[in-house]
Amino acid sequence: MKRIFQDIWYSVQDFLQTFGSSQLFLVRILAGVPAAFLRPGLIIKQIHGSGVLSLAIIGISGFFVGMVLSLQAYNSLARFGATESLGVLAALALTRELGPVVTALLFAGRAGTALASEIGLMRATDQLSGMEMMAVDPVRRVVVPRFIGGVIAMPLLAAIFSAMGLFGAWLEGVMLLGVDEGAFWQQMRSQVDVYDDVLAGILKSFVFGIAASLLAVFEGYNSIPTAEGVSRATTRTVVLTALAVLVLNFMLTAVLIGEV
Amino acid sequence: MAVREEKGAPKTAARGAEDNIAVIRDLHYSRGHRRIYEGLNLEIPRGRVTAIMGPSGTGKTTMLRLLTGQILPDHGSILIEGEDVAKMRRKQLYNYRKRIGMLFQNGALLTDINVYENVAFPLREHTDLPERLVRHIVLTKLHAVGLRGAWQMMPAELSGGMARRVALARAIAMDPDLILYDEPFVGLDPISMGVIVRLIRRMNDALGLTSIVVSHDVDEISSISDRTYLISDGRVVASGSPEDLQDNCSAVVMQFMNGMADGPVPFHYPAPDYGEQLLGRDS
Repeated sequence: MKRIFQDIWYSVQDFLQTFGSSQLFLVRILAGVPAAFLRPGLIIKQIHGSGVLSLAIIGISGFFVGMVLSLQAYNSLARFGATESLGVLAALALTRELGPVVTALLFAGRAGTALASEIGLMRATDQLSGMEMMAVDPVRRVVVPRFIGGVIAMPLLAAIFSAMGLFGAWLEGVMLLGVDEGAFWQQMRSQVDVYDDVLAGILKSFVFGIAASLLAVFEGYNSIPTAEGVSRATTRTVVLTALAVLVLNFMLTAVLIGEV
Repeated sequence: MAVREEKGAPKTAARGAEDNIAVIRDLHYSRGHRRIYEGLNLEIPRGRVTAIMGPSGTGKTTMLRLLTGQILPDHGSILIEGEDVAKMRRKQLYNYRKRIGMLFQNGALLTDINVYENVAFPLREHTDLPERLVRHIVLTKLHAVGLRGAWQMMPAELSGGMARRVALARAIAMDPDLILYDEPFVGLDPISMGVIVRLIRRMNDALGLTSIVVSHDVDEISSISDRTYLISDGRVVASGSPEDLQDNCSAVVMQFMNGMADGPVPFHYPAPDYGEQLLGRDS
């Protein structure tokens, strides 16, 4: 029994230590952000790496999530004769929740793992030490542009996910299930609020972008410089990002709705 | 141990403390429970090739990391041009590092940019030189290591020896005063090794550098070094010119210089009796 409590205590200590280190790391990153914008080429390259190269998975996922959402919602709404509300339901679900959350989870799996393993391998192959020896701060040169790239890419990817989701919902609902097209778009226009729904979704994806990018660069930068260490850092990136996104999503939703 | 006149050293000049670019005094360093250095002292003469040799695990690479401020000693001082590396502030340390070049064991080239950009990297980070001048410097450095023709290649396309030569070109891109080589001969074929050996000596003399070479390749290092330090058990056990070390009668030095399995440095890691272990009676 004593050993169980001891293990729990060590786990709590480890968590607090990691959390503290990640926050100090975030401060170091933020200190380097203004200087990073003086070299936009580095940031654009990272937006390409995290954003553009994630477009395929985000677009295809968004499309099918929209289609399945439409299919499920149609069957439920048909019971109440409210199939015309399919458009607004899909739009609210995608912009408020599914767009930011699923994009963040997919981002963690595609771009987050790429960032963590790339930085981890740079550590393992002495590239970061080499930079330090050339009097170049690896946090400013390697970490900060990748962090900014991820933070900028996430809301854009979430917007693309939602747009593709709406296209999928329209295709399934209007073209295949026969929902009235005018009602589909008109109800969406009248009931989706730019501030409460669209901007709330953008805010969420921005926060998720910070969390996902921070965890990816932090895990990669602090990985043990071995094959196993890089592999563990990559796995931890996905697991921690998924948990962080889901917890943050609840907290943000509670704050944005104003009820808990 | 008497130190003979070193190769190429001015015969009339008495070497004083001011001739040393680096001075290490009473260095103590431990990693975990393992003591790496216990009161180590050494001097690195300016403008010379100094070799640091020793059996595997004696902390040769650790010495380079201490000299460059990547890790801090537990006790003692590492003076570079009279400044203690351990007491340097971050900015001061980075200014110091701008004046040194380091060749890592694996080259440590940035894998996402080509050879040209790798060599240009420190120039782009620390200077505002026009592209024409950057190009001129990069091609000059690559020419010095014989790889001007490989400027467009990516690091993944280079052999081990080529990667190390590119890393060497990058290390000298900023015209450093001091250059550190971490096991530069490991894993090289005889041709590449010969090229690297000659390059180290030639660049040191032509560019007026000070070179520190960490290695355990006795023959290669002996052919180019002016002064050699042999480290074992956390201390300098012998120093002087390569000839001094060859003539040294100390058991440790003889074992190392002649590559003998038996001697004060055990080949086998401490283990229970071989026979007993094979029979499963060691537990």
